[in-house]
Amino acid sequence: MSPEVWRRFTASSLFWPVVALVALLVFDAVAVPGFFALRIQDGHLYGSLVDILKNGAPTAIIALGMTLVIATRGIDLSVGATVAISAAVACGWIAAAPDPTSASAAIVGMLLALGLAVVLGLWNGFLVAVLGIQPIIATLVLMTAGRGIAQLITDGQIITVANPLYAQLGGGFLLGLPVSVVLAAVLFALVGAVTRRTALGMLIEAVGINPTAARLAGIRARGITVAVYVFVAVCACLAGLMISSNVTAADANNAGLWIELDAILAVVIGGTLLTGGRYSVIGTLVGALVLQTLTTTVYTAGIPPEVTLVFKALVIIAVCLLQSPKTRALLRRTRPAPVREAVAAS
Amino acid sequence: MTTSPVVEMRDITVGFPGVKALDGVGFRLLPGEVHALMGENGAGKSTLIKALTGVYGIDGGTIRVRGEERVFASPGAAQEAGIATVYQEVNLCPNLTVAENILLGREPRRLGRVDRRAVRRRAAELLARLNLAVDPDSVLGGHPLAVQQLVAIARAVDLDAAVLILDEPTSSLDADEVGELFRVIRDIRDAGVAVLFVSHFLDQVYAIADRVTILRNGKLVGEYPLAELSRLEMVKKMVGQELAALTDLERQPPTDIAELPDTPVLAATGLGRTGAIAPVDLAVHPGEVLGLAGLLGSGRTELARLLFGADHADSGTVAVDDRPTRLRTPIDAIAARIAFCSEDRKGEGLVGELTVRDNIVLALQARRGWARRLPRRTTDELVAKWITALDIRPTDPDVLIRNLSGGNQQKVLLARWLITEPRLLILDEPTRGIDIGAKTQIQRLVVDLAVDGMAVLFISAELEEVLRLSDRVAVLRDRHKVAELPRAEASMGQVMELIARGGSDVA
Repeated sequence: MSPEVWRRFTASSLFWPVVALVALLVFDAVAVPGFFALRIQDGHLYGSLVDILKNGAPTAIIALGMTLVIATRGIDLSVGATVAISAAVACGWIAAAPDPTSASAAIVGMLLALGLAVVLGLWNGFLVAVLGIQPIIATLVLMTAGRGIAQLITDGQIITVANPLYAQLGGGFLLGLPVSVVLAAVLFALVGAVTRRTALGMLIEAVGINPTAARLAGIRARGITVAVYVFVAVCACLAGLMISSNVTAADANNAGLWIELDAILAVVIGGTLLTGGRYSVIGTLVGALVLQTLTTTVYTAGIPPEVTLVFKALVIIAVCLLQSPKTRALLRRTRPAPVREAVAAS
Repeated sequence: MTTSPVVEMRDITVGFPGVKALDGVGFRLLPGEVHALMGENGAGKSTLIKALTGVYGIDGGTIRVRGEERVFASPGAAQEAGIATVYQEVNLCPNLTVAENILLGREPRRLGRVDRRAVRRRAAELLARLNLAVDPDSVLGGHPLAVQQLVAIARAVDLDAAVLILDEPTSSLDADEVGELFRVIRDIRDAGVAVLFVSHFLDQVYAIADRVTILRNGKLVGEYPLAELSRLEMVKKMVGQELAALTDLERQPPTDIAELPDTPVLAATGLGRTGAIAPVDLAVHPGEVLGLAGLLGSGRTELARLLFGADHADSGTVAVDDRPTRLRTPIDAIAARIAFCSEDRKGEGLVGELTVRDNIVLALQARRGWARRLPRRTTDELVAKWITALDIRPTDPDVLIRNLSGGNQQKVLLARWLITEPRLLILDEPTRGIDIGAKTQIQRLVVDLAVDGMAVLFISAELEEVLRLSDRVAVLRDRHKVAELPRAEASMGQVMELIARGGSDVA
């Protein structure tokens, strides 16, 4: 790496999240023998690293949608509820189908769940963009009501399904990798490409940075806002399908519980500011991987799982501190670069 | 001069990513003088003040305060050394009383508790010393901005400041308030305090200042006694170019009303909005500059917003090219090739954390839709073309727009709209708060655009500017259009009279 590239990398907001990820992996390599071992069995890849990717996929997918929502100055607290509703709808449909093991039952169930997710996203988008309710309040509505809706759908029961096609989503393999990992990778690549190859990314950022100016410049700010809420709901639905497929059951109470907080964390660790505007899809991916690696590390290191949250908190504090311009300036022992100040104005 | 300077800055250099804001600048401030700091936007006035008060670190040079070399780590440290700053926006607590604000942070104490009576007494003494008739017990937020500013100055004086920095203190004050402020400034100066005064208004600088330091493009032009510097010379030194540009604008009107094309670009009939502007008839033709004159609150901005669809009209109709058109949103207006530069640059124009490039292409890209991104090469060509055409500095399109000076930000916003090739350009106070150089450039641009056939609706609080640029002037008063005059009939005196008293055709 040339010095210039290195300098830019250390100055970028990606630097510390990547350092955290590498540090965790190094710790694992030392503390857990065979952590990096990968083996191929029946043409499928297995190993701790694969587990990290597989277990982290649902959170990563939701964090991807959340990144765009946060870029528009919004936030979506209802994704956990959407996970539960989606799992309930899909599993409920499959379990009630004449042949619960048929492929058609699985496909219709998943499509139903996706359709409902779009409706839920439209609802959030409507509250935020049309009625002008603050996003945190607007999505709180669905966050609280959503699990109740999921309970209604499942009738308060845990619905178990035994559908081979549906099981593929959470437990199957594609090209040697878990289906959920492939799906997450495709989604990240797609969003990265679509937002940067088209003008969507710039327009989203403009709406997040200065909504009034964006409107006066002729940007369809309302449409963009609704679209990102629909997208995050679809992401949450996919995550819900993965989670329920993985455990072959829909649990209205616990599916996706607190996943909204992990998703928001992943976005923040990745360097996207909650105040909206500039966002980083790659940052979010790294953020999600940091979170999942941490969780896995805690498990494999034999630390009681209840303590995981404390470790998460520590990592978050560390990353946030390292990202703040003040700490970075201290670390470099130079004056704060006043990039965020109005500079040459007089 | 024999008195030794209270502040002496030598070879000060301050750099920011991509910009050298100050380059080897020297500056002296003597006790008992009012010293004006002048320069265009982007000349480095704010940076110099911020370097002095410890907001920014310096990359080179020395700062001496009372002969002692100092580098302040923070504005607080500068304040303790006797350098007090009063900013354009008052940095006080509006919900506390005047007395509490004056003594905030150093209240007299008794038995560990704040001695409220002593606070009030000391504040009252101080206000009396400055001859200010302000009740120390009144809540600060209830006073007009001018009084708040005077309270901020009183607070600075109580700090026993040796240096008082006033950064554009008069920009939101009316004439009487400015007079009151100047009286206080003179009192303070006569008490031996060095006052550093920054303002865009030449009249005020000549009224109050003893000496002036002029900066241009981050470099020192010179330090002069004001008595020996004529206004024309000062402007020349600030702008660094002959003032010919200003007089050149005295073009012959290319258009007589009679010669105008029959079809207006835009015609409004009975267009109005309750509480904003009474129903107005207005037509703008290709190739003409229509000026809107009127005081703040006369409805000029409100009318512009209706014509752009930024607000909903609740009466009247609009025709574009004689075709009835509904302007419900800015998107409708942009589709009809109308462009609007808001008076509120920061709040309604800039997208601060995007680059100059993104800000320039924003409106054009919005019109194309998100899926049809402008090809990178087209973007670069267009952006480079407009940066050159409007003389935007710095010329690097990758700089964040928030790092540009006010005048250059305004030019970027103009570029954003010109790139969409509008047929009607609505400019609401495009030259407010920017330096003379950029102002002249923008005025010239308006004239050139009209000559090329664009219709321009030009709004400005400066009547002289409106009269100089416009082919016709519509006069607004109390949210009514009271007159519409061709350029030949619109004299300063007549328009002022219309603004003050209203014409005969007032509804």
